[in-house]
Amino acid sequence: MPAEAPDRAPPSLVGRALKEALVTGFLAFALFLPLVGFVSVQSMTNTLLLEARWESLFSVVALIAIARFLYVLAGPWLERRRARAKPSAPASNLRKVFSKFFTPFALGFAVVYPIFVLAFTGINPGALKWIDNFGIQILIYVMLGWGLNIVVGLAGLLDLGYVAFYAVGAYSYALLSKEFGMSFWMLLPLSGILASFWGVLLGFPVLRLRGDYLAIVTLAFGEIIRLVLINWVSLTNGYAGISGIPRPTFFGIPFNASDEGFAAIFGLEFSPLYRTIFLYYLILALALFTAFITIRLRRMPVGRAWEALREDEIACRSLGINTTNTKLTAFAMGAMLAGFAGSFFSARQGFISPESFTFIESATILSIVVLGGMGSQIGVAIAAILLVGGTEIMRELDFLKQIFGNDFEPIRYRMLLFGAAMVLIMIWKPRGLISTREPSIFLEERKAIPADLLKEGRG
Amino acid sequence: MALAPHDVLLRVEHLTMRFGGLVAIHDLSFEAKRGVITALIGPNGAGKTTVFNCITGFYKPSEGRIALLHGDPVLWNELDVVTARGQRSLRRPEGALFLLERMPDFLVTEKARVTRTFQNIRLFQGMSVLENLLVAQHNMLMNASGFTALGIFGAPSYARAQREAIERAVYWLEKINLLDRADDAAGELPYGAQRRLEVARAMCTDPVLLCLDEPAAGLNPRESADLNELLLSIKKDGITSILLIEHDMSVVMQISDHIVVLDHGIKIADGTPEAVRNDPNVIAAYLGVEEDEVQNVAAKVGL
Repeated sequence: MPAEAPDRAPPSLVGRALKEALVTGFLAFALFLPLVGFVSVQSMTNTLLLEARWESLFSVVALIAIARFLYVLAGPWLERRRARAKPSAPASNLRKVFSKFFTPFALGFAVVYPIFVLAFTGINPGALKWIDNFGIQILIYVMLGWGLNIVVGLAGLLDLGYVAFYAVGAYSYALLSKEFGMSFWMLLPLSGILASFWGVLLGFPVLRLRGDYLAIVTLAFGEIIRLVLINWVSLTNGYAGISGIPRPTFFGIPFNASDEGFAAIFGLEFSPLYRTIFLYYLILALALFTAFITIRLRRMPVGRAWEALREDEIACRSLGINTTNTKLTAFAMGAMLAGFAGSFFSARQGFISPESFTFIESATILSIVVLGGMGSQIGVAIAAILLVGGTEIMRELDFLKQIFGNDFEPIRYRMLLFGAAMVLIMIWKPRGLISTREPSIFLEERKAIPADLLKEGRG
Repeated sequence: MALAPHDVLLRVEHLTMRFGGLVAIHDLSFEAKRGVITALIGPNGAGKTTVFNCITGFYKPSEGRIALLHGDPVLWNELDVVTARGQRSLRRPEGALFLLERMPDFLVTEKARVTRTFQNIRLFQGMSVLENLLVAQHNMLMNASGFTALGIFGAPSYARAQREAIERAVYWLEKINLLDRADDAAGELPYGAQRRLEVARAMCTDPVLLCLDEPAAGLNPRESADLNELLLSIKKDGITSILLIEHDMSVVMQISDHIVVLDHGIKIADGTPEAVRNDPNVIAAYLGVEEDEVQNVAAKVGL
């Protein structure tokens, strides 16, 4: 350590590790004393009692101190590894092959996934969980992530209320299909248009704000929409939500057990699986449509203007670009895609309530975009699989009960693990999983643009 | 357009810009002529960039009129009528007249075709050099793509427009010697190349007046000479006139045809490079003089 006084012998590694472990342990103790050390419980007479939980507190503190100790001990080894890894960067042939085949492989996998599941589980309701909770759920978030990616990743407008447009789409479908009996295929574009209408309506007054201010106002808008949904009981039925929403049909053929149902017409035994598989391919098509639109738009003047806006708004204005309109198109496009996703969501659930459109949803979608790497489609898809799939997989970890006892519910720790995973990924890849940018056009060869040159946009 | 050069292109009249109590520009009037390079010089803080911001619509001037003419100079006769009617512009078959102080910044570029560069380079750093030049042709491409609707289905008219846009970009890349770096990120270019690219990007908007804010700042003598050459060739093409802010006297004296000198927001000299070079007020502003002489000069310009 060059900072040490020259006349003192450098402290041994173990000594330093011990010292740092002690300091870390002390900090952890101070931090977790109120958080873990005490718990308030209600007695039989309804009075609150403060109970100390020294065991938990000390095990947490000891765990952290030991982790720090080991980390410092491993320091020189990590450094050596990092130094060795640096020069081998050009030898990324494997990575090139990987990135070339990854997209077609992932697409192919998404297409055969339901068949793959059925092959494992057979045609029985056990497959529902895997197709519905994993497949459809993840794809909804992939689609939402890609939609928000246009607003946040391309145009650089921080939108914390994206779920509002998702809600507009969902309620549009629910109300119009129940009241007027309009079909899913008619309402899908209509909900998108309604959502983008609200996007423009919000955008007009708000988009002159920048950065943090824009974020706060969009956050408020998300809450306002939710509160309207809760309080306008005569229209939305408030907290109770809307149930019995008509389900989508297979181009007019309903998925039910009747003689005109899908199973009967195609000579199959009735099973709820068919609808789920249909919904899976529907959301897959919608998500791919989103991806296609984004890829095409990036190569249009409007898409380039979005990215230019993220890079430097003043320069855009000096080049004759109407920045207000450009921001509005980004906002409206993102809102429309959320509207599509929302109408799909409500058709799939058959029941919606304001509970589904809380801020945590906006935060999850935004985390997906940030974690994936703003502007990167593949990154966003991977992040959606990690975040949403990760949550779902925690429901499946029953073997943990054998270790931690029957009271242990892994799902209750998901926010904790979420946070830890986010922190780790952000240390490892501060600009998201895929942070380089592909230019939208090239003369001779396509060269990825390194992440440190990209701006995040200031709204 | 067979227009005689040296007609008046830009007319700045009684321009005043106040920021609260601070008067940045006081009653400034000057003209820029077609087909020449007009330089705006002055010591630091003289208000040069503020003038640019007023001309290009980034600031709304407190008082005064900034008018720009396309086409036939006869239209200047209509200037007072347009002003009195409260219009932004007048379009006739023989030309058009624009009141820049009434237009928002992006319309100044789009309609009046006045484009500027910035003192601190404002390239789109995370976009490739080629992309930078295509963003500059946004409005043309946007119309060709039918506001995206046609373009997204790959209409041939859009494909052709994009091809032309790339050709234009390549033309300018050749001119600024950056063709081999077209696919690199703009932020990766060396400083001098970024300066040249910013000029090329502004030229891709097809301006009649190019406003350059210290284009030679931070350039070495060689790069500075290259820049002079570039600006002279733009002037020779005869489509674009140049208004230039510059500190580097070697650039100013060599290439400009007309110089306006500002000090503390007031015009202290206006004329050919020779006349300005020998003007005692200019020498005083740049080199400093005895206290009593400052008083004399101040009295003369009415401060």
